[in-house]
This record gives sequence, structure tokens and C-alpha cells, in this order.
Amino acid sequence: MNKTFNQKAWYFVIPVFVLVAFNAAVPLMTVVNYSFQETFGSNVFAWEGTRWFKEILHSERFHASLGRQAIFTFIILLIQLPLGIFIALTMPKKGWGVPVCLILMSMPLLIPWNVVGAMWNIFALPDIGFLGNSLNSIGFDYNFTQQSGDAWFTTILMDVWHWTSLVVLLSYAGLNSIQPAYYQAAEIDGASRWDIFRYIELPKMKKVLTLAILLRFMDSFMIYTEPFVLTGGGPGNATNFLSLDLVKMALGQFDLGPAAAMSLIYFLIVLLICWIFYSLMMKNEART
Amino acid sequence: MKKIKWLVPTIYIIFLMLPIYWLLNMSFKTTTEIINVYSLWPKDFTLENYVTIFTDSTWYMGYVNSITYTVFNTIISVSAALPAAYAFSRYKFLGDKHLFFWLLTNRMAPPAVFALPFFQFYSSVNLFDTHIAIALSHCLFNIPLAVWILEGFMSAVPKELDETAYVDGYSFGRFFFKIFIPTIAAGIGITMFFCFMFSWVELLLAKTLTATIAKPIAAIMTRTSSTSGYELGLLAAAGSLTIIPGAVVIYFVRNYIAKGFAMGRV
Repeated sequence: MNKTFNQKAWYFVIPVFVLVAFNAAVPLMTVVNYSFQETFGSNVFAWEGTRWFKEILHSERFHASLGRQAIFTFIILLIQLPLGIFIALTMPKKGWGVPVCLILMSMPLLIPWNVVGAMWNIFALPDIGFLGNSLNSIGFDYNFTQQSGDAWFTTILMDVWHWTSLVVLLSYAGLNSIQPAYYQAAEIDGASRWDIFRYIELPKMKKVLTLAILLRFMDSFMIYTEPFVLTGGGPGNATNFLSLDLVKMALGQFDLGPAAAMSLIYFLIVLLICWIFYSLMMKNEART
Repeated sequence: MKKIKWLVPTIYIIFLMLPIYWLLNMSFKTTTEIINVYSLWPKDFTLENYVTIFTDSTWYMGYVNSITYTVFNTIISVSAALPAAYAFSRYKFLGDKHLFFWLLTNRMAPPAVFALPFFQFYSSVNLFDTHIAIALSHCLFNIPLAVWILEGFMSAVPKELDETAYVDGYSFGRFFFKIFIPTIAAGIGITMFFCFMFSWVELLLAKTLTATIAKPIAAIMTRTSSTSGYELGLLAAAGSLTIIPGAVVIYFVRNYIAKGFAMGRV
């Protein structure tokens, strides 16, 4: 669409600008403020310069939780994207199956996050949970509260349960926007099922899939509530992801300076990766 | 191949329903039965857990609080986002692209980063422990999302609609409310759905900003594990009840969910 140049459009943006700035700028400045200072309680502050940033960047604790976070997000994307696309491809296109699938599949998305954690906790408990009890009765030695491997398995399974539907919904919407003429043409050309997927469906889904990657990256990288309720970061530090570690430092130990420095580094990492995605997305859009 | 196609969604849906079933199953058991007997359905069926929730005001007020701030947030987010999305979809102005990305960055900020400053900030303006504080804080991630989705819907409406209306002598206000808003009604519905969803499921900020008066149900639930041991039955019943508002909202927007994604910028 060719847009007209009009500075008065700013008036329309003012309410949004004020509301978001009110919420973003003031707290962000507070964090920046803390990150350069040492606090002794009762509002006494001393200037520390970049000491906290240096400390965090060299701290093994930060490297460990960042590493865990990166592995977690990577596994999540690797499982949820192909699985979501696959399920969307097999979903019915019309009839009574469509609303049934959409309603049932959206259910996990609308459950409060700590309920998701609590639900999976009682579902996976080795003695009274369905998952834990079943796994143990067929011979696995499963206990997610004591073995870190099991804790990882449960956390990933929970996230797959929780968020794969978002990828399904997005892919399904992308698939629905493909005109039947494309499929007819493919049939005439004698294209195989794989060809149809590779050369028609995948390119048509590019836009929604970029969004799916972006949303899943952001949310899995910021995951807090579900693992907090499910494992509390344990056993030991096995599932202590970035957000969990941050809250432990800020509210648990009240190390405001280092916690603030860590917040900023954390935010910058998310921002940088999202900016790269966003630029790529906009570039694609400009070309098409 | 065709015949087994329904198998994949079916297996997936069964996988999705299993933990939900387990939660419901537990909610109809007494806590002693949960701990002592492993059974796939309640042997000693009881509604006691639900009765406790509906008769104790500290419990049921949690639901009222959660729904209150969620509705507040949905109204604030959508009404602020409407004019902004219109501006982004129709006009070029100084810094528009940067502003759009800046808005999106707030969707990217980890809530854990903001928890402590939010607590101090809302305390200092005397809004701590009010519904409006949570509703405003959730604007941080809901407004960017609302602007993003609405902008997509509005861009799909041809600009000729605006121009024809002005030629016919409509003022901007009359055009916007009488013609434009009804045209993108489906988009507004989808946007409200997403705002409701993200405000309803968020807990970290909602919990940080409340003490007693405006405490959300999800935060009250954590209480069951701290006092008097671990009341699993009660926890399961409270959890099951939090699924209902979401299910109701999904039922109303089921036809728009897939379409909404497809039509928006997304």
C-alpha cells in the first residue's frame, strides 16, 4: 500500500507511546541505574562503574545458565517446528473436524503458566502421576525430581505439550491461504507429495513460519513460571534456566547490582537475535 | 495414506488431553486418596474440593481478580492500539519504522527483568495491589502485540474505502467508528482474544504487583503447598477451574483463530 506522509499520524500513536513508555522506560532506567551501583540497603548507593558487567560476563554461573538456556531453546525449536508443521499438514481442511481440532488444540495455550507447571508436576510424579507411574511400571527408572536427565525430559515434554499448538495454528493458517489452483497445477505436472510440500507449501508458509520461530524463540528463551513450578530449577542446578537464575539472584539473594547487569545482558541477547530475525523478515516482505 | 491421515491429529489431541484429564481426575479425589491409591479414575468421588473453593472468599475472589484485570487490560490494550495501528497502516511519519520495532522490543523483554523495578515503580505511585496496576503492566507486552495484529488487518483493507467515505462527506470520527471498525470487526475479535490469553496466563508480574486485595487465582494456588502440607486435591480443583474461562473464549472465536493469523501481517 502506498502510504501518505503525514506527521499528524503521531497523535494517533501517542496513547500507545505513553502507555508503553510508562511501563518500559521507567523500569528499564531503574535497572540501568542499579547495574552501575552497589547498594547497602536503605537506599544507600555507591557508584561501581562497569564492575558488575565484567563480573557477570566472566562468571561461570552465568555461562552455565546461558548454556542451559541456549540448549533448551534449540531443542524446543528443533522439535516443535517440524512437529507443528507435520500436524498442520494432516489436519482436516473442512467439516466438523476443523472446529474440534482447533478448540482442543488451543486448550494448552490458555491455561495459566503455573497451572501448566503444577499440572505436569502431578502428571509426572513417579508414584501418583500417570506419566511417572506408567514409565516406571514398564521398566524405566524415572524420577524427575532426582535425576537431571529425567528433569530435562519432563521440562521439554511439557513445553512441547504447551506450545506446539501455536506452531500448528500458524502453519494451518498459512496452509489455508494457498489457492486450490496450485494443487491442481501440481497434480497435472505429476508432482510427488514431497515436491508439493517443498515447492508449494513450504514457500507459502514462509511468513507464518518466521513468526512462529520468532515467537517460540522469544518465549522459550524467557521461560520462567513453568520450570519454576515443575522443577524449581533442580535437581541441583540441572534446569536452572536464565530467568530462574536471574530471579534467584535479584529477589532471593537481593544482589541488585549483579542482577541488574545480568538483566541488561540478557535483554540485549534477546534483542539482538530478534533484530536479526526481524530484519530478515522485513527484507523478505519487501521483496515479495 | 489417506485413511490413516486422521491418526496424527487424534494422537496429538490425546497427548494434549492426558495431563488435563489427570488434573480433573485428581480434582474429584480426596487428598488422602491421591497420596495413597493410584487409580485412573476417582474411586471415592467427591466434590468437596470444589465446594471449598466456592465457599471460601479468599479462593473465589482470586478468580474475580484475575478476570477483572484481564478484562481491564484487554479494553485498554485494544482501545489504545486501534488508532496507533491505523496510523501505522495508513501513514508514513517521522520515525515510524523505529517506533514499530521499539514497540516490538517490549514483547521481547523477559518479564523476570522487569519484576523488581515494576514492584518499586507501582509502589511509588501508590498503585501497588490494585487491579489497574496489573492491567497497566500487562500493556507492556499486549499493546505491541495488539498493534502488530491490528495493523495487519487494517493494511488488508484498501485505502479506497477511506477516500470514498471522505468524498461522501464523512468526518474522520464518523468514518472510523461507523465504517472502519465494523469492517475489521473480525480482526478486533482476534486481537481481544490474544490480549485476553496473554494477560490470563501471565503470573510473574501479576504476582509481584499484588499482596492481598488484587491477588490472582494462579498466585493463590501456590498457597496450597506452603500451609498445611500439600493439598493436592484442592490444587487440582483450582487448576481445573482456571481452564474454563480460556475454553469459553476459544469456543467463541474458534472460526476466527486460523483466519485471523492468515489475514494479519503475520
